[in-house]
Amino acid sequence: MLILSLYVASFILLLVIYKMLIKRFTSANAQAKINTVTFGDESAVKPNRTASVLSILTLFFIWCAFTGSSLSPIHVPGPFTGDTTFTYTAKNTNKQTDTAQVYIRVNPVNKKITKSSPANNNRNNFTKNDSAEVTAYRSVLIRVKKNDTGGKEENYLVTKINGQAIKAKQTIQVNNGQVILTSKSSISFTPNKGWQMEPIWLPAPEAVFYRLIEIARDGYQNVSLFENIGWSLLRVIAGFLLGCIVGIPLGYAMGLSSWFRGWFDPIVEFMRPIPPLALIPLVIIWFGIWEAGKISLLFLAALWIMTIAARAGVSGVSIAKIHAAYSLGASKLQILIHVIIPNSLPEIFTGARVAMGVCWGTVVAAELVAAEKGAGKMIIAASKFQQTDIVIMGIILIGVIGYGIDTLMRVAERKLVPWKGKS
Amino acid sequence: MSREEIQETSSSLHINNVSMTFSLPDGSTVNALQDVSLKIRKGELLSILGPSGCGKTTLLNIIAGFLTPTSGSVILNNHQVTGPSAERGMVFQQGALFEWMNVRKNIGFGPNMQGIASAQINQRVDELLETVGLHGFANKNVYELSGGMQQRVSLARCLANDPDVILMDEPLGALDALTREKMQGLILKLWKETGKTIILITHSVEEALLLGERLIVMAPRPGRIHKEYELPFAQQAITTDIREVKKCADFTTSREEILSMIWEMEEEIMGRKA
Repeated sequence: MLILSLYVASFILLLVIYKMLIKRFTSANAQAKINTVTFGDESAVKPNRTASVLSILTLFFIWCAFTGSSLSPIHVPGPFTGDTTFTYTAKNTNKQTDTAQVYIRVNPVNKKITKSSPANNNRNNFTKNDSAEVTAYRSVLIRVKKNDTGGKEENYLVTKINGQAIKAKQTIQVNNGQVILTSKSSISFTPNKGWQMEPIWLPAPEAVFYRLIEIARDGYQNVSLFENIGWSLLRVIAGFLLGCIVGIPLGYAMGLSSWFRGWFDPIVEFMRPIPPLALIPLVIIWFGIWEAGKISLLFLAALWIMTIAARAGVSGVSIAKIHAAYSLGASKLQILIHVIIPNSLPEIFTGARVAMGVCWGTVVAAELVAAEKGAGKMIIAASKFQQTDIVIMGIILIGVIGYGIDTLMRVAERKLVPWKGKS
Repeated sequence: MSREEIQETSSSLHINNVSMTFSLPDGSTVNALQDVSLKIRKGELLSILGPSGCGKTTLLNIIAGFLTPTSGSVILNNHQVTGPSAERGMVFQQGALFEWMNVRKNIGFGPNMQGIASAQINQRVDELLETVGLHGFANKNVYELSGGMQQRVSLARCLANDPDVILMDEPLGALDALTREKMQGLILKLWKETGKTIILITHSVEEALLLGERLIVMAPRPGRIHKEYELPFAQQAITTDIREVKKCADFTTSREEILSMIWEMEEEIMGRKA
């Protein structure tokens, strides 16, 4: 909730600052727009790159601020670490009261404070000082009675914390933490957690980055990062190519012959809305959990998309082009090669982009279910050991690679079908 | 040879009692054409005019071989038309160029499909580019050209095949008035230089008058030939300026006469509908 409101506040604040700066630093002349109507004119709305950069920076900054990252100078309050102390007062069977101190050392996550503990000079009274150690975000149970004289007797009770009266199951705020008195007069101490995320929920950006370097160098569970990602990509490419090899000719046949259209229409229309993930159980039963299963799954994911794209490509050829080609003396085969196929390329490229995206998503999901190597396998294995930094690193890599694939497809599209959308 | 003799030679186009009936999905039928007969001389420039729904595009598609008439036949060079062929080239209103080929490949498409040597095709394409006024545009992409230039490519592509008959389905319909006038001049020039038989469909009365040695006015429901004119304007426009021809009194009189005739037809249709 806090993070969301901070995010919304940053959005509004940066927008206001940006508008103010624009107003300040552009002359009145440059400000005059050529088009007076821009609201509602879709073509006038272009992504503001400043906003894009600020958006990413904001997310990154929030990530840093809430994980205590060293990359950001400003943080929300972190968990308490270091030494703290409070006192407790106990009453023994003789109704005498006495007060002793509890020293607590709170270690940061994954680290230990090494300097020597404060002196725990025990006194001669019946209560004795206690000391305990705890890691940030965790709590510790301190059996204060244990070393007290007469602490084992039934009526021996802890009555006050820091001079404040307390009963069993009550909570009292002390310096740097919270104290709960259990029914057996033990004290449970929880250090203040602050607003930062525990690394097990969200590690700091640099932790993810160092983990990336480490995994890239040493691999994870004896499989190198390159191998993990390479296997995922290999499966995607194999499944996608098989889908194209079968799907594109099938789509052409469906676009050119009413028998093919009639025969395959029910199958295609039935299979199309089924998400490939729903096929995983059946594919595992039929083909097993290894490569055959995954590649069949990706093949099925790509097949229908490519079939429909090729069919749409054939349907999209204008009858004037076909008539023109016939009256220029072209044969059916020549029309297929020189008119129908090139005319369908833009549709096929659109389909291929969608299919690649779906395949990439499906392969990760399939690897989550079962795999020896692969990007999905890496993150599911890491999640089982609560290695959140590897999980986040894997997710970022998967996103970056997916984006990279789409960018490559778009570049190829511009190179190979430059006439797209220009007829 | 007299005109009648030329008409009877083998390279003429005969349309014999062509009728075309379409069945609609609701079971009713439409008589798109009823008993249309025409004899077109070799080298004639014929324009066909009529209100929408008079079957003029249907007639052109039958001549091109894209449609088989319900009855009647089309005879070209003593053989019956049964399907599309390179001897009957067609120029469409727009969108019939191949965007994935440059101008040269588009124009050379027909000869290329017939397997003619590429050196020969290139030479032919260069000549045609000159003829249609697209010198230097050979390697441009067709989607980079203006509408008028695209139609020039269409005309050149059709001529590259050296067809006996050129069928034009409102070839200038999508152009602006100024470009249209220039293109009318180009069509007349091509007709004169190549001596091709041209059948041109239009819904512009002015264009039909200017570009027709003979003008056929068709009437709808059922589609039929309503009136036929022999016109001098195409010949005049070759020797003089098109704009002058359009200004002369004969031209304006004919235009008004045909316009009012088409108006009456349209009103008749509206009346029948109401």
